[in-house]
Amino acid sequence: MKDLRHVRPYGDTWNDGMMQLSFSLPIPFGEEAKETARQYVAKLGLIEPQVVHGVDLGEEMSFFIVYAKATHTIDFTSITVPKIETPVMDFYEINRFIKERIGRKVVVVGACTGTDAHTVGIDAIMNMKGYAGEYGLERYPEIEAYNMGSQVSNEALIRRAMEVRADALLVSQVVTQKDVHIPNLTELVDMLEAQGIRERMIVICGGPRLNHELALELGYDAGFGAGTLAPDVASFIVHEMDKRTQEK
Amino acid sequence: MANKLGLDQAKIDRARKLAGQIADDVMGSIADKTTVAMERTVLRLFGLDGVNEEGIPLPNVLVDAVVKKGKLERGISAWVLNAMLQTGMGIQEIGELVAAGELELTQLPLASDKEIRDRGAKEAQRALDRVRQSREARNERLLSLGEGSKPYVYVIVATGNIYEDVIQAKAAARQGADIIAVIRTTGQSLLDYVPYGATTEGFGGTYATQANFRIMRAALDEVGEEVGRYIRLCNYASGLCMPEMAAMGAMERLDVMLNDALYGILFRDINMQRTLIDQHFSRMINAYAGIIINTGEDNYLTTADAVAAAHTVLASQLINEQLAKHSGLPDEQMGLGHAFEMNPAIEDGFLWEWAQAEMAREIFPNAPLKYMPPTKHMTGDIFLGHVQDALFNLIGVATGQGIQLLGMMTEAIHTPLLHDRQLAIESARYIFNNARHLQDEVQFKQDGRMVKRARQVLDEATETMAGIVQKGLFHALSEGVFADVKRTWEGGKGRHGVVQRAPEYYNPIEEELVRRLSLGTAKEAVVE
Ligand code: B12
Repeated sequence: MKDLRHVRPYGDTWNDGMMQLSFSLPIPFGEEAKETARQYVAKLGLIEPQVVHGVDLGEEMSFFIVYAKATHTIDFTSITVPKIETPVMDFYEINRFIKERIGRKVVVVGACTGTDAHTVGIDAIMNMKGYAGEYGLERYPEIEAYNMGSQVSNEALIRRAMEVRADALLVSQVVTQKDVHIPNLTELVDMLEAQGIRERMIVICGGPRLNHELALELGYDAGFGAGTLAPDVASFIVHEMDKRTQEK
Repeated sequence: MANKLGLDQAKIDRARKLAGQIADDVMGSIADKTTVAMERTVLRLFGLDGVNEEGIPLPNVLVDAVVKKGKLERGISAWVLNAMLQTGMGIQEIGELVAAGELELTQLPLASDKEIRDRGAKEAQRALDRVRQSREARNERLLSLGEGSKPYVYVIVATGNIYEDVIQAKAAARQGADIIAVIRTTGQSLLDYVPYGATTEGFGGTYATQANFRIMRAALDEVGEEVGRYIRLCNYASGLCMPEMAAMGAMERLDVMLNDALYGILFRDINMQRTLIDQHFSRMINAYAGIIINTGEDNYLTTADAVAAAHTVLASQLINEQLAKHSGLPDEQMGLGHAFEMNPAIEDGFLWEWAQAEMAREIFPNAPLKYMPPTKHMTGDIFLGHVQDALFNLIGVATGQGIQLLGMMTEAIHTPLLHDRQLAIESARYIFNNARHLQDEVQFKQDGRMVKRARQVLDEATETMAGIVQKGLFHALSEGVFADVKRTWEGGKGRHGVVQRAPEYYNPIEEELVRRLSLGTAKEAVVE
């Protein structure tokens, strides 16, 4: 009987707790190293650790592959994840929605900001050509899309947003190592707030290591991760705009 | 090199000729200009080093001072050589005095042209003798230690901290790497100066500084002796400081340098005039230093589709080859880039990749091509990623690539961790060894899919280049011919650093390089 309130990893038998791990330790390779790896895994709350493979990496470093069994359980039924709740419409529905409910073109400005030079992600969302068979926002007759490319400073992005009276800002961050994206994303929101214009636009971030939860934490209206397509973003923007006019 | 694909030599010759015309045209447009980076390079080769109180490198301080007076069109050399003659001091002392505000290069009385040129020739000899010595030191080590077999196993380190990089690099050498590339940090390519000293904080890479070059060189020499194999060191001559980094690489005995203006133009939005001038000078330095350059065509396939845009890679390689010839690079130092970047969902994608890799090998038989792994279509599924890399390695050995840049199963996640590299090297060594002579055993059906694919790519590349010849490369770039990215002649970063040469422009390093590399000057090359 599956007890979803006490879930553990599964190998081939319910509740077996089977996990595979691989990691390096900064110690010279040998029997002591393997034993260290085994004991280390045991300390993680895993039982019956088996070091199935070990390699001398040189420079007094060693690599291990370990199997072990988990003991902790988790209550699946109590998990909640903040998600974008608005329904995703298709290209035609979105354009129709804009015509009928917003009654003017929706202006979107996007960029990959800071020192980040990756354009493929933001292009996938914005460019005519689109991505994975979905047109990008530039193709939407009811959307006026401005893609500023990469290495764009937060100042420049805000300036452009003001010039074209943007309804939504799209910020892409792909380089995330050592959390470089965090100060940059935070700075944008701080600057918008300092200028008193944060509430005027919907501010969205995206990138392979971003998600909705983190975006909300950083003061964004939404965040999108790997595999996002233009309709996901456009649907959110137009619903949010509609919601905000309703609220007024 | 075998002609397994039955490519028509006359077609290859025609493609090369078109590329030659494109390159001549480029050389014609840059010959009468210099850049602030090029002038700073001269100072570095003269021996100027160090920074002022605000941390600005002295080469920048001197060049900027002359720019401020509006007098850089003569080149920096005349001014500093004159100062050396007038004061009897060496380059470093002069640099420090200028930095302290105690000397104005353009205010000193002027020595005669002949005196300046005599001194310039002497300084250039000394600078380039030093480069030659480091080249000879490499050759000696290669002779005494030997090297790994091709494809060379090339891996990157990118911790951001040079001391951590050293640990990773030495471990990689012990695991079987032949070339260690230290990736430079995010954002460095747009700095108009080279950071100074040993550094410990980069993002996605480590600052390329002369001190960092030296630290890594020493580490690789040490581990090379222990493992009995010369370990090559790679870094970047790229961004706004291309030629300065080439000079630093030459002095610190780097063996391989990424060197491609087109990459800077397309992927960093650097002004094309600026970077093509910088590229030419930097490649002359790389050529004389015996450094293998790596070009960046592989990157086109990250923004453009790998099947549809395959011919743009070949076209760009051919153009890069001709440009490199203008700078005196022999085929043996041309690590032209290409890549295994097709969407893994494509039926027969492996066949198309193989056909293209074989095609590149046959068209550039003497160049140590740099073959890049799958990157764009790598995902968080590291297990599938390991298999993608395995297919790539199989093609590498089956087509006799010169430099195999190993893919990492964690490509979509982070810069390589210690054990990522171990797993990649282990897999590559297994495949290279297991299929060592596959290329001698395999022939292709002459009316088969793979042969057709290779011929088609060559035809399309030729067509693209015919179009570029008509329009000129600069115009073609503005239309997005490469990587689906559009750039203009006047646009992009670093344009302000381009300076028209005056008739009395003088650059003794350039003159001596032209002599030692037996080159015509850029201008003559166009006339002939
Ligand atoms: C292509 C590529 C490049 C190309 C970029 C070309 C270009 N013009 O974009 C080049 C070669 C130039 C490059 C350079 C570098 N790269 Co790079 N690159 C990649 C690569 C291989 C693919 C990225 C990609 O295009 N994916 C395809 C797109 C479609 O996916 P995506 O970006 O995730 O976008 C989707 C979603 O995330 C989302 N999305 C993205 N943005 C946004 C924005 C909004 C508003 C929304 C709603 C959605 C959204 O929608 C998109 C479509 O579904 C990745 C590895 C990988 N496989 O992921 C490394 C990678 C991203 N690069 C990396 C690094 C470190 C660099 C460099 C810093 C290396 C260096 N030191 O020089 C430099 C960048 C320098 C700089 N100033 O930024 C690291 C980043 C590590 C990290 N976690 O920080 C990676 C993971 C590789 C690695 N393992 O080291 N790179």
